[in-house]
Amino acid sequence: MSIPASASPKPASETLRPAIPALAWIARLPGRSRRRRVPWIPICIIAIMVSMALFAPFLAPYSPIDQTLRDKLIPPFWVDGGSVSYILGTDAFGRDMLSRLIYGARVSLIVAALALTAGGGIGLLIGIVAGYFGGAVDNVLMRLVDAAFTFPAILFALLLAVTMGQGLGTLVLAISLLLWASFARVIRGEVLSLKQRDFVALAKVRGCSSARIMLTHILPNVLNTFMVLVTLNIGVVIIAEASLSFLGAGIPPPTPTWGLMVSDGRGRIAEAWWVSLIPGIAITLLVLSVNVFGDWLRDRLDPRLRQL
Amino acid sequence: MKRYIVYRLLQGVVLLCLVATIVFFLGRLTGNPVDLMLPEDATPADRMAMIKALGLDGSLFQQFTIFVGNASHGDLGNSIRMRQPAVEAFFSRLPNTLAIIPWALLLAMCAGIPLGVIAALNRGNMIDRAAGTVAVLGIAMPSFWLGILLIYVFSVELGWLPSGRMGGPEHYVLPVITLGAFLVAGFMRLVRSSMLEVMESEFVKLARIKGLSESVVIWKHCLRNALIPVLTLWGVFVGNLITGAIVTETVFAWPGVGRLTYEAVIFRDFPLLQAVIILKAILILGINLFVDILYAYVDPRIRLA
Repeated sequence: MSIPASASPKPASETLRPAIPALAWIARLPGRSRRRRVPWIPICIIAIMVSMALFAPFLAPYSPIDQTLRDKLIPPFWVDGGSVSYILGTDAFGRDMLSRLIYGARVSLIVAALALTAGGGIGLLIGIVAGYFGGAVDNVLMRLVDAAFTFPAILFALLLAVTMGQGLGTLVLAISLLLWASFARVIRGEVLSLKQRDFVALAKVRGCSSARIMLTHILPNVLNTFMVLVTLNIGVVIIAEASLSFLGAGIPPPTPTWGLMVSDGRGRIAEAWWVSLIPGIAITLLVLSVNVFGDWLRDRLDPRLRQL
Repeated sequence: MKRYIVYRLLQGVVLLCLVATIVFFLGRLTGNPVDLMLPEDATPADRMAMIKALGLDGSLFQQFTIFVGNASHGDLGNSIRMRQPAVEAFFSRLPNTLAIIPWALLLAMCAGIPLGVIAALNRGNMIDRAAGTVAVLGIAMPSFWLGILLIYVFSVELGWLPSGRMGGPEHYVLPVITLGAFLVAGFMRLVRSSMLEVMESEFVKLARIKGLSESVVIWKHCLRNALIPVLTLWGVFVGNLITGAIVTETVFAWPGVGRLTYEAVIFRDFPLLQAVIILKAILILGINLFVDILYAYVDPRIRLA
């Protein structure tokens, strides 16, 4: 780790022990050993999904958008009537499910990356400013955070989709609104305790400006926490994106997104279950994997965050 | 106590004004809101009439005063699609949503609380890990997909339960499970961690020293105290359920305010969506306020903090 030594308030051996014994169970979900094993299966699933997104044009056997009405609603190959040419079957427009699934990973991951950068970044900034300055600034910003927690961001997301039109920009903005408050609250807490440390006082004595202290002394010390928050929130973003797509407020068709695919198959669940159920399995698998991975990363980088 | 209530009431009013202002300006963000409010086949004469009626030829500030004035009389515009006042549409659908929310909350508590207690008592062993896996899975499954999965299994394959619409008690089963499921995991985690914390405390040790039976210690002394954090978050849970109902009611064609929200989105019915958001904000803030005041009354630690 390239974090300055001052970042770790406890000796290394102690940080491995859970800070709050009552919550240690989360750390022990997959195994019982105190040092958790590296979660290889989730890492593999994440790697597969990321490569699907990156190399979609090379991996997808068909176009995700072109319709072949002659081949509509073919079941997956292991079901009667299925064929090996469409491994996961086709939808009501004869589009290959596997190809749409592969391209759908793109949307989920791009939205996740952008929304976490934007929403997480704003949360980081607000958290550092509120924590560092304290007083009235802190008070106002934290009331805003409270407000964001009380009022469900999903309603604003729907409103944005209607007023600004559907699209990547709207979606990212909407999901960022969902994220910033929880980032700001946790980061502020970290900054409050960092502010008391000697190296901040020394920097002040040396005449560093507030901006410089925040940028070069506080920021590097909250990056670990930030990374953990980002990982723990990937799942939240993916589910939010899928839900908004499902509600007709995501990326507009014909771009394949997992949420939209589930919604497409909803009316035909009796005759063609695979159109709805397969994309849902992909969502669940990816979210499950990033959550398990995020829990592990938190235990490695910042065990104090376990109460999240 | 009085000071606390006044403070919380003011906070709620400020928040509500904030929501209404954001809704107002978002409607004007992309040009003339008349384009959002009129059906696509409206004539230019209709357009002019509406601009006059809403005072949109005035300055932004004048428009805002008209909006606030109308809103304070309970007039939030007319739904384009349903050709009736949006507020009326909301209140005619609200009872249907309120018919499933208490059941979903009850289900989440009945499943989540015992699961959390059992997990805490079996800390670290197989049962605990099984309960933990259920929680992790519950968080990872999008609820719209869970609803469709339940329809596939119980309506299509087994034919036991209806797949949607309102009706007799059997119509409630799948929507309530779908809506309650995403809270079960949250309840379980919360109860488990607060149980473990309480079990370490002095008064529980004292209860054991007094020779009380283990079941009295666990269920009376521990659980009662472990439930405090769960109950203080009750307002937040209801807020979650109100938004969770959007997806659930859409999946099950349930004629409540959640489905109304979805319809407002897909038919681009801006006045309806605007009204639904403001009314839901009032509902959520009201419930939160009520719960907070109730707890401040019951537990003095909250109002003094």
